[in-house]
Amino acid sequence: MDVAIVGVGLHPFGRFADRTGIDMGAIAIRRALADAGVEWRDIQFAFAGSYEIDNPDAVVALLGLTGIPFTNVYNGCATAASVLALAADTIRLGEHDLGLAVGMDKHLPGAFSSDPRLYACPAWYGELGHFLTPKFFGMKINRYMHDHGISALTLARVAAKNYRNGARNPNAFRRKPLSEEEILASRMLNHPLTQYMFCSPDEGAAAVVLCRADRAHHYTDTPIYLRASVVRTRRLGAFEVHSPWLPIEETSGPTVDASRAAFEKAGIGPEDVGVVQLQDTDAGAEVIHLAENGFCADGEQEDLVARGELEIGGRLPVNTDGGLIANGEPIGASGLRQVHEVVLQLRGQAGDRQVPGTPKVGYTQLYGAPGVAGVSILSV
Amino acid sequence: MAHVPVAKGVFTWPSDDPRLIGSRCAGCGMVTFPTQDSCPRCASPEMAEHLLPRRGRLWAWTTQEFPPPSPPYAGPTGPAFVPYGVGYVELADAVKVEARLTQTTRLRTGMDMELVLVPFRIDADGNEVVTFAFRPVGAAG
Repeated sequence: MDVAIVGVGLHPFGRFADRTGIDMGAIAIRRALADAGVEWRDIQFAFAGSYEIDNPDAVVALLGLTGIPFTNVYNGCATAASVLALAADTIRLGEHDLGLAVGMDKHLPGAFSSDPRLYACPAWYGELGHFLTPKFFGMKINRYMHDHGISALTLARVAAKNYRNGARNPNAFRRKPLSEEEILASRMLNHPLTQYMFCSPDEGAAAVVLCRADRAHHYTDTPIYLRASVVRTRRLGAFEVHSPWLPIEETSGPTVDASRAAFEKAGIGPEDVGVVQLQDTDAGAEVIHLAENGFCADGEQEDLVARGELEIGGRLPVNTDGGLIANGEPIGASGLRQVHEVVLQLRGQAGDRQVPGTPKVGYTQLYGAPGVAGVSILSV
Repeated sequence: MAHVPVAKGVFTWPSDDPRLIGSRCAGCGMVTFPTQDSCPRCASPEMAEHLLPRRGRLWAWTTQEFPPPSPPYAGPTGPAFVPYGVGYVELADAVKVEARLTQTTRLRTGMDMELVLVPFRIDADGNEVVTFAFRPVGAAG
């Protein structure tokens, strides 16, 4: 059973002092339902993702208590990808015909924090200041730059591109373009990453209506098919966040595993993809993820970025809505924001940031703590 | 001032020749840091204490230039915060250990590093809490 996306909805990402996470989730859901031309009572099942909200399914209080199976999901930085994969699998299994995937979150400003013991790390690891994600990303890109000849200017160019794309996106958190010089001159947080090379935790919601592919034309003239949705976790030897130690033996990370599995399931390759949304927790993460997802060889990013190939008008447009750098990261919603953007691009509805020629295949990737990745491949 | 380790069982204490305390799997030889009760490679429960080499090579590094969120971070914050280096040091034939580095400049991937104990903070009883760090071999202090 193939799966189609027939509706998408987004609550803007940013800071909304007077609005709860649940309210934002309800708004995103109503927009997705309207986009699909269906009513809440038509929805047969739902999955909801959030980090901060214990029971995002409480959104039914605002939409209607219809008694459907509604499952809450938290799966680290791949929460939204997991929500999408579970919803799609429910349709693939033939269990239901029409369902909903929603993500919502409302984080405080500043780096994420938690009790290290909840991550199987010793208490002293947190006491010493090691239980923190930004410095992991600093170490990972610093080593990558050393091994593959990537410059700090390339990191600044990637961040500047994403701020530029965010300026064209009315739903983005940061809509002010920043120059490479401003990005490089901003406060150094974790060498080589400066403040403006990082995304911020923020607030927002996104929702997707899915159905059996053979029913898609019942709802829309422009169904987008979900060709693969894959989640993978770290294997021994991968370089991952919150690791007091690593083994001598080394292996690739969960993004590589998820990407390969997704391309295999979809039966298409990186060369077929026309628009890409990658996890840009920081500008270095986007650079590394280009290679980890098979879009270039290690080190080729330096030239790809310098030649503008990742711009909206380039050969391989990446993070056309500004990515995490311009949208921030409400963990539960982040991956569905990526899917929302790819659906608009494949439909030719992305407005000022539409990729020329209207791409036929799109790709999304989430990655983060505690070493989990999610990849989706979509096509017209 | 009395000195106390950041936690028991992380490094040998007291010791003139401090060593990090890891564990080694009797089944497959896998080494972990700190100690753990079962092997993350083969799941064997037969893990024995294993002292780690004092020297290694810097495998990855960055700097920590803002105070981490407290809690869980318990070190100096505000004006008392001093930026520090962070990295993984590859201890040959054993394990890569994440640790503080004693400096934020003149760090190079691949350089030779050695284990030292450094002051971390003053606890509520007035003791100086000591933790492990790595410094470039030959560096002063």
